[in-house]
Amino acid sequence: MTRFVIKRLAAAVFVLVSISILVFLIFFATPGVDPAARIAGRNADQLTLQQVRATFDLDKPLHIRYVSMMKHLFIDRDLTSYVNRGAEVLPQLTQAIPATLSLVFGAAIIWLLLGLILGITAAGMRKSWVDPAIGIIGIIGVSLPVYWLGEVVNLITQGRLHATLFRWVPPLGYVPFTESPGGWFLALLFPWLTLSLLYAGIYIRVIRSEIVSLMQEDFIKTERAKGAGEKRILIKHASRMSLITVVSLFGLDFGALVGGSALLTEVVFGIQGVGRLTFTALQNFDLPLIMATVMYAAFFIVIANAIVDLVYAWIDPRVRRG
Amino acid sequence: MAEKLLEVKNLCVSFKTRKGVVRAVNNLSFSINHGEVLGIVGESGSGKSVSMSAVMGLIKDENAEITGEVFFNGEDLLKKSDEELRAIRGKDIAMVFQDPMTALTPVYTIGWHIREQLQLHSDISDKDAKARAIELLEEVGIPDPEKRVDQYPHEFSGGMRQRAIIAMALSLNPKLLIADEPTTALDVTIQAQILDLLERLRKTYNSSIIIITHDMGVVSELSSEVLVMYAGRMVERSTKSSLFANPQHPYTKGLMNSVPRVDRARTSRLETISGQPASLLNLPSGCAFRNRCPSAHAACTEQPTFISDSNGYGAACFLLTEGVRS
Amino acid sequence: MTTHEPAFDLSSESPGKIALRTLVRDRRSWIASSMLLVVVALTLSAPLYASLISKTDPFVSTINGTVVLDGVEVQVLQQSTEGLKLGVNPIGPTWKIGPYFLGADNQGRDVAARLLYGGTNTLLIGFSAAALTLIVATLVGVIAGYSGRIIDSVISRILDVIWAFPVYLLSISLSVVLLTSGFKWGPLSLEAGSLYLPIFIIGLVYVPYVARPIRGQVLALREREFVKAAIGGGAKNSTIIFREILPNVIPSVLVFIPLMVSLAMLTESALSFLSIGVQPPDASWGTIIKDGLGLLYTRPIVALTPGLFIVVTAVALNLLGDAVRDALDPKARLRGAF
Repeated sequence: MTRFVIKRLAAAVFVLVSISILVFLIFFATPGVDPAARIAGRNADQLTLQQVRATFDLDKPLHIRYVSMMKHLFIDRDLTSYVNRGAEVLPQLTQAIPATLSLVFGAAIIWLLLGLILGITAAGMRKSWVDPAIGIIGIIGVSLPVYWLGEVVNLITQGRLHATLFRWVPPLGYVPFTESPGGWFLALLFPWLTLSLLYAGIYIRVIRSEIVSLMQEDFIKTERAKGAGEKRILIKHASRMSLITVVSLFGLDFGALVGGSALLTEVVFGIQGVGRLTFTALQNFDLPLIMATVMYAAFFIVIANAIVDLVYAWIDPRVRRG
Repeated sequence: MAEKLLEVKNLCVSFKTRKGVVRAVNNLSFSINHGEVLGIVGESGSGKSVSMSAVMGLIKDENAEITGEVFFNGEDLLKKSDEELRAIRGKDIAMVFQDPMTALTPVYTIGWHIREQLQLHSDISDKDAKARAIELLEEVGIPDPEKRVDQYPHEFSGGMRQRAIIAMALSLNPKLLIADEPTTALDVTIQAQILDLLERLRKTYNSSIIIITHDMGVVSELSSEVLVMYAGRMVERSTKSSLFANPQHPYTKGLMNSVPRVDRARTSRLETISGQPASLLNLPSGCAFRNRCPSAHAACTEQPTFISDSNGYGAACFLLTEGVRS
Repeated sequence: MTTHEPAFDLSSESPGKIALRTLVRDRRSWIASSMLLVVVALTLSAPLYASLISKTDPFVSTINGTVVLDGVEVQVLQQSTEGLKLGVNPIGPTWKIGPYFLGADNQGRDVAARLLYGGTNTLLIGFSAAALTLIVATLVGVIAGYSGRIIDSVISRILDVIWAFPVYLLSISLSVVLLTSGFKWGPLSLEAGSLYLPIFIIGLVYVPYVARPIRGQVLALREREFVKAAIGGGAKNSTIIFREILPNVIPSVLVFIPLMVSLAMLTESALSFLSIGVQPPDASWGTIIKDGLGLLYTRPIVALTPGLFIVVTAVALNLLGDAVRDALDPKARLRGAF
């Protein structure tokens, strides 16, 4: 057991370090890209470039700069913005986390519920019109550009109908839960629905096809021979087994979303979350902030994977002994 | 025994496919009495498993057509609704499948599976069901059943799993146990143990057993009667002793000769049946075995009738009738 | 009930032929193909549409332009008459075959013409990026799976790390970095703002998604008798890869094609929406949605139509993907509904 934990931890640290190096290399060592030129902006003169290089230690070797940035990020925790001179990076990040977590948690609940209910229903009613109907919902879900859907939702709820039918919808933006739970809920309701529709599409399709293929397994044959009813077989056996796939998929998706993949939804709905922060940092080429947000993202993904491992062991006894 | 436990009359199972109708089971008739063991032998695709699935009402394919009669305790199972069949499955007729490694839902314990079987057909409390499960595990020879009952299938070896599955199948004292290749996936030493177990349990519970196999060795261990199938048809039916002493059908002879035997001279070569099993989609006219049969002749282009004595023993081959004539 | 299945599987036809026939008989592939065909034909007709019907250059702003509608000459951009009467309103859809069928954007450009031109770019990037992904991933997957040991573990680790990196973050990071300066590495040189840049980025970020399953498949194939026999028989590695491995991997690659085109297209439009994909004056469906944002409440048609095109194309691709999957993987066929 201890060995298993150590192995998992080592793997997690490996992923974290690799991602930090990868990000660092993307921004400092991409062939043909001069970071100084990028920070100084388009058409900067030589003098400005020199200044930028001096201020940001860009003439020092790569590995030294990497180590010093990691030190500022994790040990001194005083990493400051290059672009936004003097603004500390970590407080910006910690301020953005609750909004992102609220957005992703709520959406996750909705898409899991939708995915399970519709996926199981479709698999169970494979011979009626219900299955193809749900299949169409799933395909449309995975085919929707989330930012566009968000704009359509905004057009409906914030546009002409805002004066009548959707008067109760607050203006775009995030309301902290601590400030007003009701406001928090209303502000996030449409972002939740928008974000969850895409993932519901994916989950419906995955769960359905997983259950349908599980229904061909030998243990289902045993259950039929035991005299179990089809509904019981579908719920207690096939659906229960499909959770194993759902959990591993969910861990990846959840980690990625909390880590910043929700940025399109955040941008469209004006939610000041981590994804939006990352995007702003990227546009300003604010390297310390980028490093911080991406490391945060990696951290969350690794955490999510660790939680997945635990849940996995809980729902699949075969992996319990590690 | 006035009444047969199971009596199958003219059972036909066919599947409509794009390329035509596949006759998986053709005019199968047999019966089994209380406490008997019937072996059904044949290669894969001979229709032995499909016919048992049909008996159990487990063929759900909408392209399947099932005709004939299957009397169980005097009632025709083919006329029963899904609901009625479900009440019989697991309770009166239990089934054990080939591969114990995949036959149990991996996320539930052995005890859970047995408890589910009990509770599907009776109002037994969780506590009593568990006690009964421990009892059953002990009976099928699983050591330390109190501990094993809470373990998951993957913690059991293949042989132990098959024992547990047999325990589950017998938990409601079924009148008939259908064992579909119950030892094929197991090691040879374990195979013998499982067959012994089945025999012992048959005596204890007085259940009838239908054992489906491609292995003549399994048949010789267990059954009192044997039914040989080829390409969906019954080609020979006999008691075990007369079948082994005097096989009638060339296919049965071929099966016999392909089994290694200690009583035969070391120098004699193990024979094989030449050719491939007949494709159900593309059966030769007449006797399906004629392309592989060493004794095939002109008459074989017609379907031989099954010539049987008063017990229903006999074979479907022209050699028999011609033998009588000559 | 699958017990009877082996008995049916005695046809002499090649698996490819069977798959093709299944695909042709599947009505999903017909619906999807015709949807795709319509979309592709529409986008390819963009130059014709611009010169014959809209009669405007969709890449030049015509802020002071005028157009004759019903015999009356009107401004393309009119002074706003709503609210504070600030700003201008582009002309709305005329719904008549001719100029400004779908109206103008905030620079007075013909929305319909831009939509068709944008589609050309979006589809071009989608197909090219997917092709890049599949070629690189197949190469990487086959090399990793076939060579085993050190090469395999190095490649797998790299793929794992990229996999752990959310694909959107990775593509956004790469786009931001490469956007202004382009990419120069040896003979490979991509200009900033070039269409090849998004193709290159999107093509690469999805490599692990395809390479990992292919590597697994190659790993399994290596253990199969026919490959072992070829290895034992002393066949050259290249022979084994091209004769034994690739033919067995190709079906999985085919299954990925529609799915990857759809993913690449959706990613391109998202990047363009964030203004780090296709760069002006070029257009793509994503950039048009972005341009339409400012007009969302006055001229929603500008942002709505490109999105609809994306949805229709993605639905068609996913539908086709399902049909191809069911045709190539008989086991999965049971899963396919519709």
